[in-house]
Amino acid sequence: MVNNTNLSADLVLASRFENIEVAERVLVDLCKRARCSEDEEYWLVTALREAVANAVRHGNKQDPGRVVRVTYAVENSAITIRVEDEGTGFDPADIPDPTDPENLLRPNGRGIFYMRQFMTRVEFTPRPEGGMAVVMVRDLEATDIDRP
Amino acid sequence: MKSSVRDHGDIRVIELSGKITIGGGDVKVRELVSQALDDDKKNILFDLGGVTAIDSSGIGEMVACYTTVTKRGGQLKLMHLSPKITDILQVTQLITVFDVFDDEREALGRF
Repeated sequence: MVNNTNLSADLVLASRFENIEVAERVLVDLCKRARCSEDEEYWLVTALREAVANAVRHGNKQDPGRVVRVTYAVENSAITIRVEDEGTGFDPADIPDPTDPENLLRPNGRGIFYMRQFMTRVEFTPRPEGGMAVVMVRDLEATDIDRP
Repeated sequence: MKSSVRDHGDIRVIELSGKITIGGGDVKVRELVSQALDDDKKNILFDLGGVTAIDSSGIGEMVACYTTVTKRGGQLKLMHLSPKITDILQVTQLITVFDVFDDEREALGRF
């Protein structure tokens, strides 16, 4: 039986790719505290890395003066991750389907697809102050282990 | 990401370990393939047995290398994929693009 858990963390990162590792370490720590399975942790990290990479590269254009905000919350058997950038925004509907045969050999365009594959829900919202926020939720597996 | 390179006849075997991710491993993959082509080794076999994680940039670089090698008349194949790396290729249908092997001898024989 899974008990309610209330773990959270907030990060503000300069827009450098190496800071993806920082975001990952925080998530791994939270996953350990929440007693996620190895598989859960792996796919959560995979989705997080895509979201932060997109925020750094596409949102903030790797401008170290712009920040990426990452918020993590573990509550009611789900992990919610919010990643915000300070860019100009985009329409997720404009991203072509990477599994379409005509897109298979494109060198890019798979990040959001992976996020949707490995998380239960993914939502993109423009920020009022500019930029995008993506909220990703993954429902955690039921377990007999008491979560903290 | 770490790498090591050896040749088996006209086939370059490139062993990769660690993360193939944006800003690091992805660039290295491109450099290794470019070097192979400069060395006139158009048949390339990536050994991904030591790869712990790959992101969409790493996948994208592998796809770009596949296209480059194919255009040069060569072949790029993969071996020793972990179950998770296999899953990542499968969800994006790329498992239909790359030839993937569990056994090196078989992989080398299929060039």
